[in-house]
Amino acid sequence: MSAVSSNTGQETASRDYSVAKRVPWGRYLGQSGIYLVLIFLSILFLIPFYVIVRNGLMSSAEITAPDWVWLPSSLHFENLDKLFNDPLASMAVGLRNSFIIAIVQVFGQMLFASMAGYGLARIPYRWRNVVFYIFLVTLMIPGAVTFVPKYVIVSYLGLVNTLQGIIIPDLFNVFAAFLFRQFYLNFPRELEEAGRVDGLNYWGIYWRLLLPNSRAILISLGVLTFINSWNSFLWPLVIGHDSSTWTVQIVLSTFLTAQTINLPALFMGAAVGILPLLIVFLVMQRYIVQGVSRSGITG
Amino acid sequence: MATSKNVATSPEVYGDSEIDRKGRRKRQLQTTLAFWGFVGPMMLGLIIFAYIPIIWGFILSFFEARNTITPTDFVGLDNYTSIIGDNQFQNSIVTILIFAVFIVPITLLFSLWLAIMVNTIKFAKGFFRSVFFLPTACSYVVASLVWRITLFNGLPYGFANNILYIFGLDPIIWIGTANPPYYWVVLVTVRLWLQVGFYMILYLAGLQEIPKELYEAAYVDGAKPGGWATFSRITFPLLRNTTIAVLLLNLIAAFQAFDEFYNILGAKSGLALLARPPLVYLYNIAFTNQNYGAGAAGGFILVGIIIIITLIQGRLLGFGRSEN
Repeated sequence: MSAVSSNTGQETASRDYSVAKRVPWGRYLGQSGIYLVLIFLSILFLIPFYVIVRNGLMSSAEITAPDWVWLPSSLHFENLDKLFNDPLASMAVGLRNSFIIAIVQVFGQMLFASMAGYGLARIPYRWRNVVFYIFLVTLMIPGAVTFVPKYVIVSYLGLVNTLQGIIIPDLFNVFAAFLFRQFYLNFPRELEEAGRVDGLNYWGIYWRLLLPNSRAILISLGVLTFINSWNSFLWPLVIGHDSSTWTVQIVLSTFLTAQTINLPALFMGAAVGILPLLIVFLVMQRYIVQGVSRSGITG
Repeated sequence: MATSKNVATSPEVYGDSEIDRKGRRKRQLQTTLAFWGFVGPMMLGLIIFAYIPIIWGFILSFFEARNTITPTDFVGLDNYTSIIGDNQFQNSIVTILIFAVFIVPITLLFSLWLAIMVNTIKFAKGFFRSVFFLPTACSYVVASLVWRITLFNGLPYGFANNILYIFGLDPIIWIGTANPPYYWVVLVTVRLWLQVGFYMILYLAGLQEIPKELYEAAYVDGAKPGGWATFSRITFPLLRNTTIAVLLLNLIAAFQAFDEFYNILGAKSGLALLARPPLVYLYNIAFTNQNYGAGAAGGFILVGIIIIITLIQGRLLGFGRSEN
């Protein structure tokens, strides 16, 4: 294939002098053009990350200096102290809350969604398809739009201003249940039968056979849940009025919209706030890409 | 269908005596219990946090509910008419339509372009994919603060103004003025940076599924590799399902924009008056004015608009024909 394509590419590109040569300069040149564009775009895409780190390590005067500087003259690590000792909003509390919320949501969502997916796919209950369609209806209604009625319920349950109020309403992910159902529908029946012969009941089959075999989907959806949970803003903003329930995003937003902005601490906070996700991203990228592709194809 | 399978594998196939029937009923009960054991938690959660809020919100939208979450006086369609008649709500719909008109096509074309470039190259594919995908890890809050304070601040030291300076142009007040509305550049680029990598991944997955033989056949017929002919005749048509998914996901997300508007322009006054999307408007109605009845009504109006636009778009693209 490459021989054919490179030849035709070359003939059309530079017919005059290089027909006899086998080296497909035209294609290499074409690719180097693409590389130039990609390198330029990569730099552009990385600049915001660089800005976060740069500003986080600069002094306030340097950030607002009239001339753009790429490298700060000295690194102000004391910004980290300022960040964690700010009387207005505590980053330490924010980090703790964000971790609690994200971890509980990851495990809760994965547990409830995989259980529901298994039940809907494999337990021969007469109304299971009806139940499935009742679930799917919720996907029609955009989540952020129902935040007022959802707030009303959470407030009725007395969960406003608590971490539970932020966590619990988002534990039930229908889309994840849908993906688990599709996955379990294709799970080999022979394995399930073998488990039943060995005396496993439904719970045993789910816990010992299906869950261990859904590691890839569990990890890829779990990581996506972690990212969404960590970065979510509107719901924690609506529920968490008191600074003891603020997440990292709310703390940063409070800094940003405060009367006097402490710029270095704000950017140091941003750096600290995205660090956990960058680590997750770099370590788990393969799974994240899988998860996104999977959810995009079915969604 | 599935029930009969269960019976067939169970021992009481041979007879239909009283005992067997009892056994079968017991087994059915066990199946029912097992099913709800697995699906019940999800169902309960959805009842409390999805179905009841929607129903309660719907009821609330016909009632006066100020400073309280329980309906007080029945007001009929008053909440709906007052919201539809509210200038600020109309402006928020115009705002979000302008936003969608920019962000949806730009994201689509840019993510497709990135995916095709990353898919074409031979070396460092994974590196470039990671770089463009990395912003997905960033939150809207963090991106907003970078955009607002450093990249697009209206002062001469801002990054964008520095670039303009290099080209000998005057600095621009990016966020502060309504005329010219440069703040759209800020709002569109921040979302573009955050989400384009996500849609690029979707396109890359779509590109993997196009059979290589199609391209080989095209090259034999004289098409240039990477040329317009192969793109318009093979690549783009075969990415149709991905394109539909990208359009729908992107449009629904754009209509629910909140984070970047709130953090770049604020919610209530000042800069916020430049562009306030529906969710910021609803946020103010419900949580600043404590008018939950009107807030719920506004939510349902917005759901209606999103569903209508999604259906129109689906019809235009022939959503139901995606099998072939």
